[in-house]
Amino acid sequence: MPEIGQREITFAEAVREALAEEMRRDSRVYILGEDVAEAGTPFKVLSGLVEEFGSERVVDTPISEAGFTGVAVGAAMTGMRPVVDIMFGDFVTLTMDQMANQAAKVHYMSGGKWKVPMVMRTTLGAARRSAAQHSQSLHAWFSHVPGLKVVLPSTPYDAKGLLKTAIRDENPVIFFEDKMMYKMKGPVPAEDYTIPLGVADVKREGRDVTIVATSSMVQVALEAAKMLDEIGISAEVIDPRTTWPLDEQTLIESAKKTSRAIVVDEGYARYGVTAEIAAVIAEGAFYNLDGPVRRIGAMHVPIPFSPPLEDATVPNENSVFEVARELCGRA
Amino acid sequence: MTTAAKHPAGHPEAAVELWLRMYRKMLAIRLFEEQVSELYKRALMPGLAHLYTGEEAVAVGMCEALRADDYITSTHRGHGHCLAKGASPDQMFAELLGKEAGYCKGKGGSMHIADPATGNLGANAIVAGSAGIATGAAFSAQRLRTGLVSVCFFGEGALGQGVLYEVMNLAQLWKLPVIYVCENNLYTEYTHFSETTAGDIEARAAAFGIHAAGVDGQDVRAVHAAATRVVSRAREGGGPAFLVCNTYRYGGHHVGDINREYYRSKQEEQCWMSERDPINILATWLIEQGLADEESFGRIRAEIESEMNHAVEFAIAAPYPKADEVSQDVYA
Repeated sequence: MPEIGQREITFAEAVREALAEEMRRDSRVYILGEDVAEAGTPFKVLSGLVEEFGSERVVDTPISEAGFTGVAVGAAMTGMRPVVDIMFGDFVTLTMDQMANQAAKVHYMSGGKWKVPMVMRTTLGAARRSAAQHSQSLHAWFSHVPGLKVVLPSTPYDAKGLLKTAIRDENPVIFFEDKMMYKMKGPVPAEDYTIPLGVADVKREGRDVTIVATSSMVQVALEAAKMLDEIGISAEVIDPRTTWPLDEQTLIESAKKTSRAIVVDEGYARYGVTAEIAAVIAEGAFYNLDGPVRRIGAMHVPIPFSPPLEDATVPNENSVFEVARELCGRA
Repeated sequence: MTTAAKHPAGHPEAAVELWLRMYRKMLAIRLFEEQVSELYKRALMPGLAHLYTGEEAVAVGMCEALRADDYITSTHRGHGHCLAKGASPDQMFAELLGKEAGYCKGKGGSMHIADPATGNLGANAIVAGSAGIATGAAFSAQRLRTGLVSVCFFGEGALGQGVLYEVMNLAQLWKLPVIYVCENNLYTEYTHFSETTAGDIEARAAAFGIHAAGVDGQDVRAVHAAATRVVSRAREGGGPAFLVCNTYRYGGHHVGDINREYYRSKQEEQCWMSERDPINILATWLIEQGLADEESFGRIRAEIESEMNHAVEFAIAAPYPKADEVSQDVYA
């Protein structure tokens, strides 16, 4: 893997660079989605790709999420490596049969004969004042289904390396991008590199409490860790980067070391990613824990429009700080 | 210019071979399904199966118009499609019995037979579930310039699913080489299609500008003629087509659907079996044309019966998958 170096680009640019590099490397990689070509998506993540690769490979579709996702499944089975763009993560509900009943099961049901090497890129995250149907974080739904892989990058560096791996993977991979993060800058090598799926990354080392955070919540956890530092609590922040495959060992080892664990994720806490990861840590590190594994997720309500209400539904650095302080006996 | 060899009865030899092959294939599907029914009654088959009996001309007429490497997608009522595309009965029976030697190592069963060697992308137990896959296979055929065509078989029950129209719209926009074959066997499970289907079926496809036609699904020569026309058109870049093959499901929705009087009469069933049987229709015509006789049909039947018996014996004797197979193939 190359040195991270000095070059800084945005999260959106990192995604675009990964796609462009993979499309240059492999002529079977195609992009399908709504307004992906000249418009470059409403988030402008794909700007410039149609100019380089043409509308033959950067394909605008009708507003038919189920239809073009299904087309991608069939295309992946027959020699292509499609990347579909689902503009808002809320719209994945329209693709669920194609992903959960078709893409996820084709390999198993055929006794390993057919493969579905496709990627679905979509978004997650609230706080854009977009209300209940443009703000959800539904990655837990896919994490529940055997046959799918789920990727949640939290930095531009991870976004590029993980997306390239996802495109090269032989399985259906869902790649969630936090739409609030698109303009965030970070160091990203200009050259080719990949990051394996299923390897967690320690974003900050610490001794007293482990904070496992995903996607949009990694920055929140890092901010909380700074606040905790000021009161003498050393927090370790770990980003699993993929909810499936899940790097259980790294999470368990960290919890054993610190003896306290908090899991933060922007999806709903109920039956969600925080529940699964908390269970993994509780099962793997129970006898080393000083207290219960704590979970922080979105409130169990549809995301409201009104700014003060919306902000109340999503975890922030203060809520993480308070839970960590309490868990460390400093309440 | 050479003249194609002629059969003594005046038809081109190649056509006679094709008709006899279609007869054989339809009969093979019929006898395969009879064995499935027996396996169910003898409690040798786990679960249920949805028999294709009565609809043989559709699968055979379509698949005989395809290249060996062309794609098909199939349905829960899929045995006929798989056999017509070239699947071997022994591996199919093994799959139906959940055996390691089956097409999917026993992990798919009756409703999920898939076989890359014959272009079979898989049978699908979600109604209209394969519409996207078939259209995607046509998309790759077009963009990768393989010259292949994709055929999407579905029952008229799939007409109620929105995804079918989403992909038909895409297929016509992009002129994809995909043929949508609607097998209208009149019943969506236990309900007559007139209670579930508004308007005119062909008009739904025509509304997209897709070439649409209705076909007598009991006449294999008619199905084959229509199929040949739309398949070559698609292969040459003319875009998708939609065929409504009007047919009839002789049995119940599945092998356990025995008492059907509450949704259709025995008289109706008898009428289709005696008047509109696809195997009889072809056989009668072949005899009229002097291309076959009862004796030759008897020979063909005996050969297929023997093949099916061997295939069933093979499947019954075959071992189940080993326990560790359960967690194989979840990921590639």
